[in-house]
Amino acid sequence: MMNRTLFIDPARCIGCQACVAACRECDTHRGKSMIHLDYLDVGATVASSPTVCMHCEDPIAPCAEVCPADAILVTADGVVHEASKERCIGCANCVHACPFGVPKLDVEEMLQHKCNLCYDRTSAGLAPMCASVCPTGSIFYGSLDELLAQRPNAAATDIVVFGDQEIRTGVATVTPRGFDGGRVPGGMA
Amino acid sequence: MSPARDRTPIPVLPPGVGDFREAGSESADGWRTDQRGMRLVPTHCCFCGVQCGMYLRVDADGTVFGVEPRDHDINRMKLCPKGVVAYQQVAHPDRLVAPLMRDRRGDPLRPVSWEAALDRVASEIRRIQDAYGRDAFGVYSGSSLATEVTYLAGKFARVALGTKHVDYNGRLCMVSAAAANKKAFGIDRAANPWSDILQTQVILVAGSNVAECFPVMTNYIWGGRDRGASLIVLDPRETPLARTADVFVPLRPGTDAAFLNGVLHVIERDGLTDEAYIAEHTTGWEQVRDVVRTYPPERVAEICGIDAALVERVGATWGNAERAMAFHARGIEHQALGVENALAIINLVLATGQLGAEGKGYGTITGQGNGQGGREHGQKADQLPGARDIEDPDHRAYIAGFWGIAEEDLPHAGISAVELVHAFREGTVKGLLGLCNNPLVSMPNADRIAADYDALEFHVQLDFFLSETAERADVVLPSVVWAEDAGVSTNAEGRIVLRHKAADPPGEARPDWWILCEIARRLGHGERFAFESARDVFEELRGASAGGLADYSGVTYERLEETGGLFWPVPSEDHPGTPRLFEDGRFFFPDGRARFNAVEWRAPTELEDADFPMRLTTGRTVAHFLSGNQTRRIGSLVEQTPRPWVEVHPSLGFATDDPVRVVTRRGSITFPALVTDAIRADTVFVPYHWAKQVAANLLTIDALHPISKIPEYKVCACRVERGEAIDPVPPPPQAPGATPSGNEGADGLEAPTAPQGKGTGER
Repeated sequence: MMNRTLFIDPARCIGCQACVAACRECDTHRGKSMIHLDYLDVGATVASSPTVCMHCEDPIAPCAEVCPADAILVTADGVVHEASKERCIGCANCVHACPFGVPKLDVEEMLQHKCNLCYDRTSAGLAPMCASVCPTGSIFYGSLDELLAQRPNAAATDIVVFGDQEIRTGVATVTPRGFDGGRVPGGMA
Repeated sequence: MSPARDRTPIPVLPPGVGDFREAGSESADGWRTDQRGMRLVPTHCCFCGVQCGMYLRVDADGTVFGVEPRDHDINRMKLCPKGVVAYQQVAHPDRLVAPLMRDRRGDPLRPVSWEAALDRVASEIRRIQDAYGRDAFGVYSGSSLATEVTYLAGKFARVALGTKHVDYNGRLCMVSAAAANKKAFGIDRAANPWSDILQTQVILVAGSNVAECFPVMTNYIWGGRDRGASLIVLDPRETPLARTADVFVPLRPGTDAAFLNGVLHVIERDGLTDEAYIAEHTTGWEQVRDVVRTYPPERVAEICGIDAALVERVGATWGNAERAMAFHARGIEHQALGVENALAIINLVLATGQLGAEGKGYGTITGQGNGQGGREHGQKADQLPGARDIEDPDHRAYIAGFWGIAEEDLPHAGISAVELVHAFREGTVKGLLGLCNNPLVSMPNADRIAADYDALEFHVQLDFFLSETAERADVVLPSVVWAEDAGVSTNAEGRIVLRHKAADPPGEARPDWWILCEIARRLGHGERFAFESARDVFEELRGASAGGLADYSGVTYERLEETGGLFWPVPSEDHPGTPRLFEDGRFFFPDGRARFNAVEWRAPTELEDADFPMRLTTGRTVAHFLSGNQTRRIGSLVEQTPRPWVEVHPSLGFATDDPVRVVTRRGSITFPALVTDAIRADTVFVPYHWAKQVAANLLTIDALHPISKIPEYKVCACRVERGEAIDPVPPPPQAPGATPSGNEGADGLEAPTAPQGKGTGER
C-alpha cells in the first residue's frame, strides 16, 4: 500500500458513473465495464459506492486460490489479473470465492471478467481510467502521501474485516482519521 | 463508421491469442482497437460550463474512436460520464449527412442538394421580408456553439437579415444571473477562478445540483472542505452535494430571496458586516439594510418552510468567515424572481466584503458549455459584440463602423427568446432560422411552443442530429459537432479555451459558420461574410470586441494553446488576462462602486390551491444534457438513465415504480415514482431531458421574469395522483432512411434506482 495504488473513498462517490463509462473505454475490454456501482440505502439517500477489484494480498487473491484451471495470474507487483482467456473454464469458482463480489461471469462467452488495475495503463505509468476520470476522487490513484497532500484530514487502511477474518488488500480504503483502528467492515453490515 | 481499412488483416484466432502484440486488442464482443497511427487531439468537452480538457483519440483513417484524459488546469484529467462518451457523437449513425427539405408541412423530409436547400432558404427569407418587413424573419441561436458562431449569428441577423429579432437559448439558462451581475457589478462574468475555492473558509451553493450538473466542480468544493471550509447548500432536494453539507437548507422552491435576506438580517443584526468595504466600494446599502431588517429568522422560516435556526446558523457561518465564496445556478435563477435571488446573494457578498481576493468571491455556474462566451458577442436581443449595449449610441457607432454599415441600418433591441417564439403565432415573426436549440423540449408550456412553431410560414433549423424541433422544420441543414471544427468557448470561470478540430464532418455536413455565410452570400452580403474558416471569424471577433467589456482583442489561438486558457478581459496581446475581478475594489461603473439592490421576496407566479396542492420543480440528471438530443442517442447514457421519473416523498403514500400522474394547469404526464426521503414532502421533481409525451415542459408554467425574461421552470403548482399506464419514452427522431443506432434502449417503465441512474447491478 505504500506504493501507488487505488484508494476508494465511498464518502466522495456522487454516483455519476463516470468510472463505469471510463472502464468501458479501456483498450483491453472495450465496451465492458468491470466496475460495480451501487446506490446504497435507496429511498433514504442518494449515497452510492464504487467497487473495483481490491487485489487481495493476505490471504492472497482468493479468486486465484480457488481457480481449478490456474487461470488467474498474480504478478509480482501484486496485481490480480483477469482470468486468462485460454485457461478460463467458466466455472464461476472465483465469483463465489471473492469476498467483494467483484468477478463477473459472461455466460455467453463462458469467461470471467474482472478489473486488472488497467494493467496496460499502470504498467506504462498511467493511472487507471476510472481513477483518472473520477470527478471527485472517490477512486484515487497514487501514493498515500499524494492522497494526503490533497486531503490533509483523511486516513487510509488496507484492512477489511469480515467477521473473524481480516483481509489485507492491495487497494486501499479511505476512512475518516482514527476510524476504528484503521479497519473497515466488509460486506453489508 | 470508418471506411474499410488498408492494413494487414489480423489472423482469425480467438481473441487475445496469437501474436502477443495483439493480445487484448479485441474482446469477444467485437470491439477492435488499432492504435497504430493514433493521434491525440487536445480539446475540451462539448457539454457543460466546466469545459473539461480532454484528448480525442483519432485513428490513422481520421476517425474519432475514443477519449483520453487530459491533465488540463480546469479538470486535472477528471471527466463525467457524459464527457467520457461525448466522442461517440462524432461517428454516430444518427448524424444528419445531407440537407433535408419538405415542400409542404405534413410531407416527409427528403434529402436535397446544398444548392437547392440554400436557395430555398434565401428565397423564403426574401419573400417574407419583402412581404412583411425585415423584422418578420428571426434568428434563434444557442450557447453550445463556439464563440465564433455565436458572434456570426448576431452579425448575420443584424447585417445580412437586418432584423432586430435575434436571441439565444441562454435566455433559458443564464440571463437572470447576467442581469443581476450587470446591475450590481456592471460586468457579467464570474468573479474568481475556481482554484480560489481551495483557499476559502465558507462555500455557499444555492440552487445547484453541482454533483450531477457540473460533476468536476464538486472536487473544487470538496477540496475546499478537505482544507477546512464549511459547506452550505440550499436546495429542496438532498442532492449528492447537499448530502455532504455542513449546513443543508432544504427550503421550499421559490423562497430563496427570503432566505438570503434573512441571512443578511442576521449578519447585520449581529454587526458582522464589513462597514469599511461598504463605505469605500458600494452604494445603496441603507436601502438593503432597511429591507433585510424586515426579514427576521422567524418570518423567513415561515416563508421557506424550514427551521429558523438554519437562518441563524448560515448567518453566523458566513458572517464570521474571513474568506467566503458563493455560487448559484438555475435553481434560484429559473424563477420569476430569478434576478432578485441572484441580487440577494450579491448583497450578502458585498455587505461582507467577500470579493476581489484569493478565497473571496462569487459566481454563477453557467449551464451550457459556452454559456459564458455565447452571451458576450451579440447574439442576444439587446447586445452587440464585446458585451456592448445595442441602445448605447457609442457602442452602436463602433460596431456599425466596424461592420461597415450605417448606424441607422443597425437594428435596435429585439425581444427575448420565449417572447420571440410566442410572436410566431401573434404574427409579428413569420420566418425563423434556428440553430443549436431544441425549444420543443426545452421551452416551458411545450404544447404552446409546438403550436407557435407550426404557425411559422417558413422554418429552417441547423443541427447535427434531427431534434424534435428540426423534424418539424421546412428545411434542415446538417451542421457539425464540436469536434469537427476549431473554435473557442468560455467556461463558467470566464476562462477562454480552445477546441481543436479532430475530424472532418460526415457526408455533406458543414460547419455552422459556413452555412450562415452561404445564406448571407445569397442575400447579397457576401463581402461581409467572406470567411474561409472559424479562425477567420475569430480574428474579426477580436476586433469587434476590442474596447468592449468582454474584450478578446489580445486573445489568439496560439496564446490559448500555450496557456491552456485566458480569462477575459484580455485587451492586448501582451496582457496576461484577468483571472480574478475586482481586486482593486473598483467595479465597472463610472464611480467605480458596486451597487446594492434591495430585494423584496414575492411568492412564485402560481401558488398552491385545493386542486394543485404541491410544488413542481424540474432539473437535470447526470447522464443527460439539456433537451437530450445528444445524450438520448448514446448507448451507455441511455442504459444508465433510460427514462424520466417523478421524485416524491414517502409521506404521499406511493411506492417506487408506481404509476404516478403529475398534473398541472398545462398538462399531465404519468411517470414511474421514485420514492425518497431526499426531497421535501411538499415538492415533487421531474427531470427535463426527454421529449414529446414525457417532456417535463408540458407541465411547466411560461411565466417570465420581467427583466431577464427567464421562464419559471423551477416552481409551479401541481398535484400528484395514482396513474394508470406509465407514459412510454419515444425514440429520438431519425432522418429519413436512417437506421436507428439501437442505442435508444428498451422502453422500460421502471424508475432508475436513484436520481443518478440505474446501478450496474440493476441493468
